[in-house]
Formats: sequence, C-alpha cells, structure tokens
Amino acid sequence: MDPLTILTTMFILMVQEGSILLIATLGEIFTERSGILNLGVEGLMCFGALSSFVVYYLTGNWITATLAAALAGLALSLIHAFVSITLKANQTVSGLAITILGLGLSSFIGRPLALSRVRIEPLESVRIPVLSDLPVIGPSFFNQNPLVYLSYIMVIILWFILYKTGFGLNLRSVGENPSMADSLGINVFLTRYIATSVGGALCGVSGALLILGYYPSWYDGITAGRGWIAVALVIFSSWNPLYAFFGAYFFGLVGTLNATFQSIGFRVIPTDFFRTLPYLLTIVVLVIFSSTRFRKRKMPASLGKPYTREL
Amino acid sequence: MNENVLEMVDIVKIFPGVVANDRVNFSLKAGEIHALLGENGAGKTTLMNILYGIYKMDSGVIKVDGRAVSIRSPRDAIKLGIGMVHQNFKLVPAHTVVENIILGSENNGFILDLKKSSEKIKNLASSFGLKVDPFSEVWKLSMGERQRVEILKLLYRNVRIMIFDEPTAVLTPQEKKELFSSLKEMSSKGKSIIFITHKLDEVLEISDRVTVLRRGKNVATKITKETNKFELANLMIGRPIIFEYSKNPPKLSGLALKVENVRVLDEEGNLRLKDVSFSLSGGEIVGVAGIAGNGQRELAEAITGLRHVSSGKVFVRGKDLTNASPRRFFENGVLFIPEERLGVGTAPNLSVAENLVLKSYDNSPFSNSVFLKFDAIQKFAEMLVKDFEILCPSVKVPVKFLSGGNLQKVVLARELGNLVSRDVNVIVAMYPTRGLDVGATEYVRRLLLKMRDQGNAIIFFSEDLEEILSISDRIFVMFDGRIVGEMDSSKADVEKIGLMMAGSIAS
Repeated sequence: MDPLTILTTMFILMVQEGSILLIATLGEIFTERSGILNLGVEGLMCFGALSSFVVYYLTGNWITATLAAALAGLALSLIHAFVSITLKANQTVSGLAITILGLGLSSFIGRPLALSRVRIEPLESVRIPVLSDLPVIGPSFFNQNPLVYLSYIMVIILWFILYKTGFGLNLRSVGENPSMADSLGINVFLTRYIATSVGGALCGVSGALLILGYYPSWYDGITAGRGWIAVALVIFSSWNPLYAFFGAYFFGLVGTLNATFQSIGFRVIPTDFFRTLPYLLTIVVLVIFSSTRFRKRKMPASLGKPYTREL
Repeated sequence: MNENVLEMVDIVKIFPGVVANDRVNFSLKAGEIHALLGENGAGKTTLMNILYGIYKMDSGVIKVDGRAVSIRSPRDAIKLGIGMVHQNFKLVPAHTVVENIILGSENNGFILDLKKSSEKIKNLASSFGLKVDPFSEVWKLSMGERQRVEILKLLYRNVRIMIFDEPTAVLTPQEKKELFSSLKEMSSKGKSIIFITHKLDEVLEISDRVTVLRRGKNVATKITKETNKFELANLMIGRPIIFEYSKNPPKLSGLALKVENVRVLDEEGNLRLKDVSFSLSGGEIVGVAGIAGNGQRELAEAITGLRHVSSGKVFVRGKDLTNASPRRFFENGVLFIPEERLGVGTAPNLSVAENLVLKSYDNSPFSNSVFLKFDAIQKFAEMLVKDFEILCPSVKVPVKFLSGGNLQKVVLARELGNLVSRDVNVIVAMYPTRGLDVGATEYVRRLLLKMRDQGNAIIFFSEDLEEILSISDRIFVMFDGRIVGEMDSSKADVEKIGLMMAGSIAS
C-alpha cells in the first residue's frame, strides 16, 4: 500500500471515531458550562444508540432515528437534572447512576435484538462536491454520513450560542456564580435544566452516529467507554467547543492506530497496546489537566455545586 | 435637595431569636449622600438588603418617589432604580468587564452586541471618573477596578438610588480617594447614595446626612456638618469610646522570630513570597499593612508551619524550624490566630469547651493518655470563658452558634489563655478584628497590647490602617509577595503607606 492510501484510510477512521467523541464532548461541555457535572455520558450514549437502532430498524428513516436518540438522551439526563438541580444531590453519584442505568436499560432492552442478530444498513456517505476532491482531507472529512457533518456544524453552533448570545452569557454565568446570576434575575434552575437536557440529547445523538454509521447490528457494551473519553475531552478542551474539535480528532487518531498498524503489518508493538492507548491517554489527560494549575482558570467555578437560594 | 426619593417607614425584620430591624425609619433625598452608621449587627445591612429585595420585611412601608412599592427581588429593586454594591463583589472573574456589566440586562437581545455595549460603558465611565477597560477579564483587575465594574453595572441599568455596603474595606487609601470623588460626581449628577459604614471618619468626610442605627433601632439622623466624631461614636455604641490606645514604650527582650529570604509557592506553583526577611523581638508588636492577597496569608502560614517554604529559613528563638510541623511551631511557642474563625480557627460543630482544649487535649490534666477527663476540660473552659468575657449560654454549645466577636474570643482564649512557653511566645494574628464590633475590637486590641507588655513578640496582619497605626510599634507594608516598606509607627505617614500598598513606591 502506498503511504497516501494508508494516510487517507487512517484519516477516514479518525473522522469516524472522532465525530462520535465530538458530539458527546460538545453535549457535556454545554452541560458543564452551566455548572452541572453529568458523568452519565456513557449511559446516555448507549441508550441513545439503542433507541436509534430500534427506530431505524422499524422506520428506516435516519432522521427519525436520530431524533429518537436525542429524545432518549434528553429523557435520561432529565433524571440527572431533577436529582442534581431540584433535589440538589451529589452530582457525581447521580451521574454514575445514570451511566449504570443507561447501560443496564440498553442491555436489557437490546438483549432480544442481540440474540436475533437483527441487522441494519449503515448510513450512506454524502459526498460534498469540490471539497471531497482534496487529497486526504477530502475523502476523510467531506465524504461522510450526514451525522458527521452535523458534528462539525454543532461545534460552530455551540460556540456561537455560548459566546455570542445573551442566553450563552447567562448559561456561562450560571456555571460560574449562580447566586449572582440569580440576583440579576436569571433563572438559574431553568438555565441548568436546559443545559443538562440539551447536553444529554447531544450525547444520545453521538450514540446514534456510533450505531447508524458504523455498526450493522446491536451488541452489548457497544459504546466501549467512549463516554468516559468524552468526559476527559471536556477537560482537555478547556470547556471550549472549538478546542473540543481538535481534541476529539486527536483522540480519534489515537483510536485508529491499531487498525492502521495492523493493515501495514507492523507487529513489533502488540495490538492490545494500541487498543488500550485511548483509555491510557484518557487517564493521563485527566491527571494532568485536573491538577489545579490547569483547571482553576478554565473550569466553570461552580461546576458540580448544587445551587440553593439563600434565605 | 428637598424632595425625598426614598422613604422607609417603620421597617421591622425579625430573624429567629433577633429583631434585626425594629421600626426603623430612613429617608433619602435626591442627590444626597446619606451615611448609614452602626456597629456590626446594628441592622444596617439588613435594612439595605430589604430595600434591595434580598430579604422580605415583616412589616413596614417602602416608598419610592412618594408611592408605596413592593420589592420582592433585586430585579424589582433595579426596575425601581435601586441598586447595590455589595461588600463581596458579585462578579464572574473569568468573564470580561463588559460581559459582567450587561449580564441580566433586559435589552441584550438574542445575539449580543458587545461593541455597542462597551461604547455605552466607556461613556458612563468617563462621565463619572470610573476608568476601566471593558474587554479586560475581571480576575486581572485590582479590587478598586472591580468595584468600579460594580458601580458601572448599576449606572448601565440607570439606577438612581445606589447603596454601597462598606465600600472602602478593600481599597487602598488612593483608591478610596478616587471612589469618594466618583461618589461626589454621581451625587452632583442627581444620583442618591446610601453609604453603609462603621467608620466615623468616612461619615464625616463624604456624607451630607447620617442616620445612626444601634441594635436594630434608629438612634438619630443628623446633618453631618452639625455633628462630630465623638457625638457619632456615642450614638453608635451608646457610650464614649477611646480612639487612642495608651501604650507603654516597648521593652525589647531579644530575638524571638527571624525569617531569612523565605520563598513560598501557592497551590498553582506561583511564587507568592519573594525573599521575605525580617526579625521580631520579644516585647514588640508589628503590624503588617497591605491589600489582601499580596502574600500575607502565605507569610503567616510559613511562620506557623502551615505552608511549605521552598527556600529560606525560619528561626524561632534561635532554633531552625524551617518546614517543621505546625505542632512543633506550637510547642516552640508560636501561636496562630487565623483569618477564618469558623472552619480554620474553630471546629464549628464541637462545643466551646472542646474547641478550647483542641491544642492541649492530649496532655494532663485533660487526658490520662487514653481517656479525656471531661470534668477538667469543663472547669478549664469555664475559667477561660470568664477570663476572656466570652458570651455563651454554656461551654457545651457548639461554637457555630456564637457571634463573630465571641468566636474570636474563643480562638484567642485557646491560643493565649494557656501560654506554652514561660518566656517569649510569638503570636501571629491574621486580621484579628475583622468583622468585629467596636466593643470586641477594643477588647482584642487591648489584649494584644497586654500580651506585648508581657514580653511576647506579636506580628499581626490588618487591612485597617488606623488599627495598625494605633497599636503597632513597627509597621511592615506588603506588596506582591515582598515587604516593601518598614517603619517606626511613630514616624509613619498614611499617604506613604498607601502608595506602598499599591506598589507605587518602595521605601
């Protein structure tokens, strides 16, 4: 194989893997910016994947299926919102419970699907004229399925909402100093509910991309820890959607190393190592970037703290 | 100047167990600066929080422009043209000035036009003398600049009645001057200003009228020109107070503490103390002036063993204790009165008695090495409560129910009531009178002076220049992790200290 083909293949895989991570990361950024830590990403993704798989199988319409995934993510994250915003419970615990619930529900509902080996056709790629003719970048970034394009658009949309709109300013302020925002007449609870449910919906959509794009059938544990990588990516990207774009594709690239090295017959380093690499990297990122030095100025100041009105 | 823009009539606010406002009356004329004077706990802030919609009053009437209004939230207050600059600024440090100012404003629209807003802010800023860069992030600003952002926030919303809650507490003398000239500018342009304070000099300097509250009740409203410091003090605490502390000349007794080229890093790895050196003798009291955050906390912690010193030496009575444990510092007679009384200074849920023996519970007579001897502990606690005039229902109540002044007395009693070393102790006190009322403040200052006369070496940190000038023998000024000035208090010059605090000059 010539190097250009290898590189192109690598980039295609990178974009596929990276886009899944990107949508989930964007969702979690949106949620965390409002001060709510949702560690349920893995569960939301998995439940979103299952929902879209079922709806796609029944209707054959990918848009309906994606909406179903969004709805599934939204519904589960509303539980987290209720528990952590209204009941003011510990967000870490609640988030972990959402992960367990999402994984468990998907496994339970998906069992007959897995056993009967129901299959769907993966989403077809849509070629973007002109841009897709570029070498390497063209086939990888501009010859993908529509949900991948959605992930690019979401980067811009979320960045715009967060930094250029009044709602975004409110949302960021709520995540920094809710009591101050409250005193200026901003509805802290509503803002956090919106941020949590929109973020949850995006995590669901990332599950839809995962299964509709790349897996013809359902199997248990399909998300394989990608939700946790997304949680790490939020920190890696300093809670900024634009940085998330680069972070997600970087992790996507690391995720493709295994396949790439196998295809060129490079066997010096065992494949298990490459398969482990994204998770190792996640741990490294979490350790480095969660040290106070990195975290303090970028992390929303009230992240994970329930807000109670004084008096 | 005769029209009342605001009237508060017979305001009553009851908190569990306390009547915070007992039929208080207050009126404000257009364009006046009206000082609201009282000790801590007199009900000034409560009254203003009612006006600003943070607290709900139990009875009373608020009239704006002669019409009775109901104010249920700060948003209602702002709609009526009433705004407040709180003691702790309500700003988002990570956001820019313009983002902070427009936050929550109604005419933002869906898509923000930060340029247009910043133009409006610049115009307001220049017409009231409140210089600040709209696109700077707030965490980069000084306290004085942050306060200007808070004021601009109100002006941006067209507020006409502005409440300032102890606005000078965090300012350097120069920043205070600038604030006062802005206040005068605003009042001359028709804004009405309520100025909450417990500092008599500020009342006399800035206000047109003054209303004095004591224990939740109106005591008097005076025209400032027709009153004086002594009358106001008398009204405020109900008895004459002493402004001068009689001090014996210091009797120095040998080196107690020596600090050599100490450097300290904070949690983020920034250098917070940059080669600090000084020495302290028994029998002297040194006051450290400076704006909070210039290394005071790090210095206090470095000389009490609470913070790792990355280079340099700390000697206590000749013994090298650099990076020794707090316990060893304490055993060598270093006593620490921390900044936060609840949390660092005391364990909130433990009783008064338990807190009083926190440092000595494992020795006789309080313990026989296995069990605590509660009788002895209680007896000891009761003795300290009496000696230090701590007001508490019993030594068994958790300290979190005590008032600030009494809490501070618990800390002082524990640290100073049972001196470890027979000869010279080193007492390190962080902001020992902050937040205390005039009576408790007087008590603490006298106690520190008494400790000094007994031959102890004392270093205390304070934001109150008057306090530093009135009780210390020597004065240090800290800025940016260094001691930038050192002088005898008899030769001290407030103006010069202020400039040093702001980093403008070094001695």
